[in-house]
Amino acid sequence: METPTSRSIPAEDALDSESPSRTSPPAIETKDLCLSYDEAPALRDVSLSVPERQVTALIGPSGCGKSTLLRCFNRMNDLIPGVRVTGQCRVGGQDILGDGVDVIGLRKQVGMVFQRSNPFPMSIRANMAYGLKLQGLRNRVEQDRIVEESLRAAALWDEVKDRLDRNALELSGGQQQRLCIARAIAIRPRILLMDEPASALDPITTMRIEELILELRRDYTIVIVTHNMQQAARISDRTAFLYLGEVVEFDRTSRIFTHPRDQRTEDYVTGRFG
Amino acid sequence: MNHFDQEIQALKDRLLSMASRAEASVRNAIRALVERDDELARGVKGNDDQIDQIEKEIDEQAILLLAKAPLATQLRLIVSATKIARDLERVGDEATTIARRSIELGREPQLKPYVDIPRMSDMALAMLRDALDAFVSRDTAKARGVIPRDKEVDALNRQLYRELASFMIESPATTTRCLHLMTISKALERIADHAKNIAEDVVYLYEARDIRHAEREADPG
Repeated sequence: METPTSRSIPAEDALDSESPSRTSPPAIETKDLCLSYDEAPALRDVSLSVPERQVTALIGPSGCGKSTLLRCFNRMNDLIPGVRVTGQCRVGGQDILGDGVDVIGLRKQVGMVFQRSNPFPMSIRANMAYGLKLQGLRNRVEQDRIVEESLRAAALWDEVKDRLDRNALELSGGQQQRLCIARAIAIRPRILLMDEPASALDPITTMRIEELILELRRDYTIVIVTHNMQQAARISDRTAFLYLGEVVEFDRTSRIFTHPRDQRTEDYVTGRFG
Repeated sequence: MNHFDQEIQALKDRLLSMASRAEASVRNAIRALVERDDELARGVKGNDDQIDQIEKEIDEQAILLLAKAPLATQLRLIVSATKIARDLERVGDEATTIARRSIELGREPQLKPYVDIPRMSDMALAMLRDALDAFVSRDTAKARGVIPRDKEVDALNRQLYRELASFMIESPATTTRCLHLMTISKALERIADHAKNIAEDVVYLYEARDIRHAEREADPG
């Protein structure tokens, strides 16, 4: 990292001996990233490195900018009028903020799962094949192979293999969310962004999603926004605490939840504010 | 087994490896005494350093697991694990005390044949083993069975104290050796106390019932 700011992650913390990122460049890297909505600042000088094939959690009180930051990573904020972004954001070493960036290509690399599961009102198979067809994959055999592989990776295959032609909206909430995860990974992204993927689910279903995330981290870099600090503690390797648009602290999750360096992090994780 | 279960299992495994080291320390310390083997006694100290290190690792692991908000049995298991680890660490310390005293005793002629001390050691180690078996097999009946046996070890300790006190009165030249043996006897009595603590923790872990100090509460006089 070049000239890290006081808010950037220290390199020694980013690279544990057990981390695959010791030899890999960061999956995502921001430097002095600022974002405002109609001149109202939402992110201020965010500099951090998201390690590859780890789970990074973004936590902080409502309105702190964590979802905004997440949405920078696949330029979802472009869809919001009045947005102004400055600074740098690199995905896989490539700048993604420039005008000439292939945003569709970027979103193939950086998949997203939302708080509310959003299957298309069509069959499970069609949901899964949708992105593949957009990518130009017409071969049905190959499609079926990827559909099965992705549904297996999302721990949903056994539950839906006999009803792939049924409407996806017939699935339970937890199944729909796993379908959305399966759909996201069907197009082979490198990174999965998850915006409170389990907040609308019951505890058992939440546990299944958390288990799934822990399985997926072997193959994917995952960045997750969550309001549930215990969830962040359970599933993430790194945690960033955001407050008023700034990254207050970004460190190993074990550190953030046992002895954070900044008093504001301590106050937030112990429920004194937020 | 989900990821959290695997982490809990790893904590239990670490605890059991600590337990087997603590047991080995006690066994070796007593063997060093009986066989007057200083080398073996010095090995007990090295083993104790490793036991201390495992205790720290277990505490660190427990803190991280508690941050994940475990509930019910998992919550009790993590808290119990830190308490059991502390008892095992103390068992290791007592073994070190025995080993140190056995080196001192090895410098002088043996006062008397060692009969009661190996017997106390067998009893204390059996209590420790049963408490840990109960932990592994979730057998609270077995854990409860450990608790009254502490009194037998206490009685043997008192008996040995009386016997050694007589030795000292009859022959003041034996005082130093008698005091070493009293310390060893006391260390074994404490090991039995730690085994009893572990047994009580096992009952708490699997029945969510705190049976510590039950006698005192039942008989306040």
